[in-house]
Amino acid sequence: MLRGTPFHSRTGALCQSQNWRRWAGYVVAGSYELTHDREYYAIRSSAALIDVSPLHKYMIRGPDAVRFLDRVVTRDVSRCALGQVLYTPWCDETGKVIDDGTLARLGEETFRLTAAEPNLRWLHDNAAGLRMTIEDVSDSTAALAIQGPASREILSGVSDAGVDGLRFFRVTSTNVRGIPVTISRTGYTGDLGYEIWVDSERAEALWDALMEAGGPYGITPAGILALDVARIEAGLILIDVDYVPAHRALIESRKSSPFELGLGWTVKLNKGAGNFVGSKALEQEKRRGSEWQFRGLEIDWQSLEKLYGEVGLPPQLPTVAWRTSVPVYANGKQVGYATSGCWSPILKKYIALAHLQSGHAEPGTKLQIEVTVEHHRKRAAATVTETPFFDPERKRA
Amino acid sequence: MSKEGGADYDAIVIGGGHNGLVNAAYLARAGKRVLVLERRHLVGGATVTEEIYPGFKYSVCSYVVSLLRPEIIRELDLPSHGLEILPLNSTVTPLPNGDYLARWADHDHTRRELYRHSARDAEAYDDYGKLMYHLAFAVKPIMAMVPPDPTSLSPKDLRGLLKLGRHFRSLGEERFHALFKLMTMSASDFLDEWFETEPLKATMSASGIIGTFLGPRSPGTAYVLLHHYMGEIDGAFRAWGFARGGTGAIAEAIAGAARRFGAEIRTEAGVARVTVKNGRATGVVLESGDEISARVVVSGLDPKRTFLKLIEADQLPTDFVDSIRRFKIRGSSGKVNLSLSELPNFTCLPGEGPHLRGAISISPSVDYLERAYDDAKYGDFSRRPYMDIIIPSMIDPGMAPPGKHVMSIFVQYAPSDLKGGWDETRREAFGDAVIDTLAQYAPNLPGAILHRQVLTPWDMERDIGLTQGNIFHGELSLHQLFFLRPAPSWADYRTPLENFYQCGSGTHPGGGISGASGRLAALTVLQDWKR
Repeated sequence: MLRGTPFHSRTGALCQSQNWRRWAGYVVAGSYELTHDREYYAIRSSAALIDVSPLHKYMIRGPDAVRFLDRVVTRDVSRCALGQVLYTPWCDETGKVIDDGTLARLGEETFRLTAAEPNLRWLHDNAAGLRMTIEDVSDSTAALAIQGPASREILSGVSDAGVDGLRFFRVTSTNVRGIPVTISRTGYTGDLGYEIWVDSERAEALWDALMEAGGPYGITPAGILALDVARIEAGLILIDVDYVPAHRALIESRKSSPFELGLGWTVKLNKGAGNFVGSKALEQEKRRGSEWQFRGLEIDWQSLEKLYGEVGLPPQLPTVAWRTSVPVYANGKQVGYATSGCWSPILKKYIALAHLQSGHAEPGTKLQIEVTVEHHRKRAAATVTETPFFDPERKRA
Repeated sequence: MSKEGGADYDAIVIGGGHNGLVNAAYLARAGKRVLVLERRHLVGGATVTEEIYPGFKYSVCSYVVSLLRPEIIRELDLPSHGLEILPLNSTVTPLPNGDYLARWADHDHTRRELYRHSARDAEAYDDYGKLMYHLAFAVKPIMAMVPPDPTSLSPKDLRGLLKLGRHFRSLGEERFHALFKLMTMSASDFLDEWFETEPLKATMSASGIIGTFLGPRSPGTAYVLLHHYMGEIDGAFRAWGFARGGTGAIAEAIAGAARRFGAEIRTEAGVARVTVKNGRATGVVLESGDEISARVVVSGLDPKRTFLKLIEADQLPTDFVDSIRRFKIRGSSGKVNLSLSELPNFTCLPGEGPHLRGAISISPSVDYLERAYDDAKYGDFSRRPYMDIIIPSMIDPGMAPPGKHVMSIFVQYAPSDLKGGWDETRREAFGDAVIDTLAQYAPNLPGAILHRQVLTPWDMERDIGLTQGNIFHGELSLHQLFFLRPAPSWADYRTPLENFYQCGSGTHPGGGISGASGRLAALTVLQDWKR
């Protein structure tokens, strides 16, 4: 049986579309209204409230917590300040990504790690002999994202202190209308936004407080269909869609290293702590060069117009983000595959995220992507771009 | 192969079990005139559905299907002959403390349930499943291969061995090591490396002991875990199903295919012996005294019956007869079939629910299973046996009158050589032990029983013709597999007698309703025919 999240009494009442999606054994709203457009625009123009409780959450505590985390993740945890949050992948011994998430330093010896997949066994296996504990708080901690330009004002209005000056990828403990929470300035939208972590028992009260305080600002509950568009615009990868977690991959070729997922910047080969799981393989890969790159693709409008024009139609754009594997070609030869794509309402561009062979991944490279036009497979022109596609100043300001 | 004509048939297949029928179907498909001879009034052998109590249908012996080879389903077009396999996709293990452990069809559902018992095991389960998936994928081709003899230098055997070697090399280091462990460890030790939840380990290890005279802590049982992972339905590995109409419907479908290809199937036609002239099989003599000649005789019976009963001992080489005598075929399991006036009400999951549409396993701990084995080791049946239960009428309502139910209970251990011997009193005492044990988990069960059929190895030998009541025609232990099944140098379906072949479960790969032995034997016969 699938479970509702701690917010289910609220989200369930609001979900007019009955469009429920599975996420890590829970049901969450795909969209609340019959179409997700307004929910998407809330993320970009006012504020959206998104239930992200299905994330797995682990509390890691103890004198060896830093040592342990430095052994597991690719980022340099010893340099993570108190109150700082790191986005990080973690790898298996061969340097292939198992999962990715955020790591928040809540105390000198206390961290919260989020993950898309269950990781308790992997964490335990790497903790042997260390003075620290790992607690799975996935069920006891609810999480709510408030994302969008108005999110700061709404949240400051209902919080005790600390939100106004909270910098990008920082975390603070405070109260929202008397409810103890931790708030991190993080999110999966590439916009100004926060994620609020609360004891599951107080989840509904938190939801009510934010909906009430956000009302005048047009706060809108948003489902994961809207979130999916926003995260593609932000160039943020999604597990099981843009990459196969190494532990689940049935064949080697399905696995990806951080370098191959555009996460090279998270790989700290010269950490103070020395080696970490996968570091040797990653060092070699860095020397040798990666076989694959992960890039944005911008699909050429004129080209689409021409292909559709041939059958007497204007370009038919996807109404929701797609998550299928679509071949990408260079001069007739397949050189990669796109794994997510959508029409970006804010950029007015058709964009996609793609795995490309290294020789064809330079930004500006002209490629072709498969599009199905009236049951026929055609190829549209596409240009390799850097991600994020959308990166507003307010995100960090 | 003899070329002289005049024989009544091209081929006689002795025994209308599922392998005999598959064999006949393939031979008939190749245009041969084939006769199947079955002792009983219906075909199927241990693959039968019988209405012993009016209105209630029992899958008397074998009760689930997974291993039936997809190529057989395809090549014989079994769906067109009525084969329908319904899904059976949960396993619930009730526990003495009133709790239970369940594995459901849905991955998230199962994870949540395992997590309730152990967060670690919930994750290990996925990794374990992935490893077994790989190993089963690697070992499966062997199921469809005539075993090469490693001591032979014939080009055919060498080619086979080379293919096998290459295949194992392609596994990669980690999986090769895991395979080696599977070949040598006990199911319990192997599972200890992965899991900590006792009922999970016990229920998984149970699939390693089914049909063997071994306990979960006996070395070699880990391999049988893999054997059970090799089943597939519609390309999904490890899927188990229930044939609509009961297990007999599988035999009927294969018989239907055989008939369509022109095979003749005669029931109530027990074979007394195989006639042999100058070291060649020439036909059979029926129990009625009738003689029928054929160019080729294929036996679907188990190796003991085939070589020690159907053939005069002096017609076979002494060392061969010796190795057949040594072939281990101790039966270890029994079967209880019930007609029920109402559904069992399990204390751990009261009322009607999806758990009644899947398997219910009485295997609360590895200790429990090992103790059940302890009883058997010293010649008793288990007082508290391992049981694998399904309620066929919940999957196919046609198995019982509306609102009523049938229950199929596979029980282990029931040793074939019970101390003091089996008789009707001991058989019913065994049946009582089964019902008593089950009543601890579903107290309403004893009062719901309208009819009870108890089969011990003794009954399976007498009624079905399985020597010592062994459901696999010989233990699936490593020393009796592949090129050693049933005897060294005679694992390729041929026998020391010319024109005489074997196609039963006692040949590679054996075990379960796979049909692979019947098919591979037919291909071997047809190959010899071309010479």
